[in-house]
Amino acid sequence: MRDVAVIGAGITAFGELWNTSFREMCTEAGVKALEDANVAGEQIDAMFVGSMSAGRFIGQEHVGALVADYVGLGGDLHIPATRVEAACASGGLAFRQAVAAVASGMSDIVVAAGVEKMTDVSDATDVLAGAADREWESFAGATFPGLYAMIACDYMNKYGLTREQLAQVAVKNHYHGAKNPFAQFRSEITQSTVLKSTLVASPLRLFDCSPVSDGAAVVIVCPFKRAKEFTDTPIRVLTSTQSGDTIALHDRPDFSTMGATVAAGNSAFKQAKLERKDIDFVEVHDCFTIAELCAIEDLGFVPKGTAGKFTEEGQTQIGGKLPVNTSGGLKSCGHPVGATGIKQVWEVVQQLRGEAGKRQIDGAEIGMTQNVGGTGATVVSHIFGRA
Amino acid sequence: MVGTKCKTCGKVFFPPRSVCPHCRRNGKIVEYKCSGKGEVLTFSVIHSASDQYAAMKPYVLAIVELEEGTRMTTQIICEPEEVYIGMPVKSVFRVLDREGTEGIIHYGTKFVPNLA
Repeated sequence: MRDVAVIGAGITAFGELWNTSFREMCTEAGVKALEDANVAGEQIDAMFVGSMSAGRFIGQEHVGALVADYVGLGGDLHIPATRVEAACASGGLAFRQAVAAVASGMSDIVVAAGVEKMTDVSDATDVLAGAADREWESFAGATFPGLYAMIACDYMNKYGLTREQLAQVAVKNHYHGAKNPFAQFRSEITQSTVLKSTLVASPLRLFDCSPVSDGAAVVIVCPFKRAKEFTDTPIRVLTSTQSGDTIALHDRPDFSTMGATVAAGNSAFKQAKLERKDIDFVEVHDCFTIAELCAIEDLGFVPKGTAGKFTEEGQTQIGGKLPVNTSGGLKSCGHPVGATGIKQVWEVVQQLRGEAGKRQIDGAEIGMTQNVGGTGATVVSHIFGRA
Repeated sequence: MVGTKCKTCGKVFFPPRSVCPHCRRNGKIVEYKCSGKGEVLTFSVIHSASDQYAAMKPYVLAIVELEEGTRMTTQIICEPEEVYIGMPVKSVFRVLDREGTEGIIHYGTKFVPNLA
């Protein structure tokens, strides 16, 4: 297996982009990534596009070909483009496919894109419910917030997590997102903003939930040995892991532990020969506040049941022991589902290059991502280092 | 409530499975009628639902563990403030949703409190 490097990254603003179409978002992020990597179209060997549900959000399938065409790689160059889907982990998985294509030797320069256009439909809740077991969860009336709310109910009952500690996850992510010019919500909030917001699915309120968003992100990978041809600051992909679990939450032995995160995290640390203390910062999948707490526990950074206190102490904020979601996370940066996994990689690249501006972590050397599909039936995790 | 049971390991599945995830090829799956009795393991009161369930809100969503040890996602027909972790419940056959005023009516299993 060949070592792989990220040589370019581009992103659109995340938000309600009513004036920008699906293909325009991909084109904007793609062109930024290609310019960043200083790569010409003729040099590209393959493309992977992560999108959860373009078919239901905009009525468009075959988005691999569509995106390749509109970034100028389809018609004359005939570059193979493949759509990748694993619900909200589609982006992370598209990146993993790109890494695998390069590591295996099959391709050299590969584009990994993530995109979702969610604000063109009135009932995004129902589309998102398709990431769960449609027949045995969604048909019973389960919404996505409802499923994560049942995780929160179980967790609060087992570990005595307080509503205030849970709210602090959103407060911290808005604090970070306010420093990210591409974030959907660039304003700070207080605990009271969260606690007074509308109940969505008890105990979760509106400000516990990531928003419905439009956006795209694109990164370019190549063999590490070739990276210096394109950039002075290649980012090394130290490991790529993916784990699965039961599709339905009700079939998990412990609702408060995401088994696939535990498995993907353990494999990642083993493969990269790293310890938890070696990680300087992490981008995790905070689709709901409770998910961030479970993620940092299940990745092994803190013991089970203690992430609320760890967050309350400010340890997950920039300047703390383990900054989590410096991009603002899904909560504040936004969550165009297919784009999120690539956005996580984009953020890690910004941090490791020292280009994260007001949210820069001093001396960041090693960063990690965790991208979740559904309630944890797919988890994709990557670790990156400064080359 | 007709689920399945693996005769090799004795595990019961509702929702039904046609492959035992524990025994896999060594499993032997047969139909199994569940008692319909169980208890609430975790729950949430849904205040924001997708369009076809909007008329029912707020409603109680829960994961119920049946006596046979299998678990399912379902609704508890009770007042939102009544439900608690450990609440004994029993299954009932109910309308799940209607596709508009002239569309198909979907039926399925919900649960009601089974207090002594």
